[in-house]
Amino acid sequence: MNDSPLVVVEGLRFSRGDRDIFRGVDLTIPRGKITAIMGPSGSGKTTLLKLIGGQLAPDAGRVTIDGHDVHALSRKKLFALRRRMGMLFQSGALFSDLSVFENVAFPLRVHTDLPDAMIRDVVLMKLEAVGLRGARELMPAELSGGMARRVALARALALDPELILYDEPFVGQDPISMGVLVQLIRRVNDALGLTAVVVSHDIKETLSIADYVYVIADGKVMAHGTPESLNVDQDPRVSQFMHGEPDGPVPFHYPADDFYLDMLNAGNAGEMR
Amino acid sequence: MMTRITRLGRHGCDLVEALGRAGMFLGQSLVGRPSLEGFKLWLRQMHFIGVLSLAIILVSGLFIGMVLALQGFTILVDFGAEDALGQMVSLSLLRELAPVVAALLFAGRAGSALTAEIGLMKATEQLSSMEMIGVDPLKRVVAPRLWAGFVSLPLLTVGFSVIGIWGGHLVGVEWLGVYEGSYWGNMQSSVDFVDDIGNGMLKSLVFALVVTWIAVFQGYDLVPTSEGISRATTRTVVYSSLAVLGLDFVLTALMFGELG
Repeated sequence: MNDSPLVVVEGLRFSRGDRDIFRGVDLTIPRGKITAIMGPSGSGKTTLLKLIGGQLAPDAGRVTIDGHDVHALSRKKLFALRRRMGMLFQSGALFSDLSVFENVAFPLRVHTDLPDAMIRDVVLMKLEAVGLRGARELMPAELSGGMARRVALARALALDPELILYDEPFVGQDPISMGVLVQLIRRVNDALGLTAVVVSHDIKETLSIADYVYVIADGKVMAHGTPESLNVDQDPRVSQFMHGEPDGPVPFHYPADDFYLDMLNAGNAGEMR
Repeated sequence: MMTRITRLGRHGCDLVEALGRAGMFLGQSLVGRPSLEGFKLWLRQMHFIGVLSLAIILVSGLFIGMVLALQGFTILVDFGAEDALGQMVSLSLLRELAPVVAALLFAGRAGSALTAEIGLMKATEQLSSMEMIGVDPLKRVVAPRLWAGFVSLPLLTVGFSVIGIWGGHLVGVEWLGVYEGSYWGNMQSSVDFVDDIGNGMLKSLVFALVVTWIAVFQGYDLVPTSEGISRATTRTVVYSSLAVLGLDFVLTALMFGELG
């Protein structure tokens, strides 16, 4: 098997309006492993996945997947490359005009010439894995948020991609399906040897399955290492995040003026439209 | 003063940029090999965009034809020229009213629905997830809708004219007592296939291109929030109505300016 990393991110810079989201991020995602990208809310984790998937273009830097520079590819080649990837969106992003079954069947129908009977088998297998085989006739609007995410996972896995990007897979799951999902992500990874990137801030669940962890904050990689090494990291910012402490060098508040002064300023209604 | 000039310049740049995006969008959507799958998607959209707009188009066409006959009769009868009613009704409809009114109704009925549908697909990340599955939404979502719009509006315009002329007959001949032979006979001798029907259909085709393009682009390009969707839907109706009326003047001047 090829030892070179599947995804390499070099010197990535990205900004939205005046706000810098990334100021030079370097990452390597090794093949066949689960790499977690963690960081506080608003640190641009989802944006990073969209940059890797080629949905957003960086201001500077490169993303290469299996040697292809994602942002230098033609539209056609980019779409061909994406067939080798799966992405689980935070909202699920199921097609609202198709049933659960047809949603999972969609990638198979558009990218393969499999007969209907075989598509049915594959779809039912994937739905069984996420525990929703019985829900196959439902429409996405009839599903809860957590169920929709599991259907989306089944759809992302339908083509057995080489690389799968999980955007917050654990948010909104009840404890039982959370446990199942954690196992499932680990299992498909071990069984199929696929490469996974998990973006999350659920520390316990993510650390239990990740092989390697990057912690992103302030537009940079703040720390990286194996879960064990990060757990004992002495950097106060890392330990604050890893142990979920409210106070520390990473601020809980979005940058703002002094609270006391802000309250006194209530008479100054210029900013209140 | 300077800030105003800067703002004007920025608006100009934004406008040119949006036009460029809209042009690229149209090109990327329409260029491509036809496929059976694409044909099926197109048929489905023909149903949503074309067939489901039939009711409003036909009812409006009927009433416009009836009103035309009623108004026309009261004027023509003063000159003893009520025999020319068929000619008046059919020429007004074919040259002018059917293409324009059908396009305006189409913008309200189908255009706004297209914008809202595509916009909501964007807001719920369905377009993004389709991209990540490796399917180009421009080909899968946008192209069938564009082609369905291009084809269905001219067909709806034909229906509008036909039922309008029949409505004129209903009022003029059945109710007001114009001689049936002169209603149809004057129409037959005065309507030219190329000059009147052909030019009317050409207008309708141009309106179909513009209205569908605006509607689909507004949906694809909007800011993915509830407010963004509502604004884009409004813009679709406003821009396409203005575009239809403005283009109608230009096309009429070109087509019928010298016919005098």
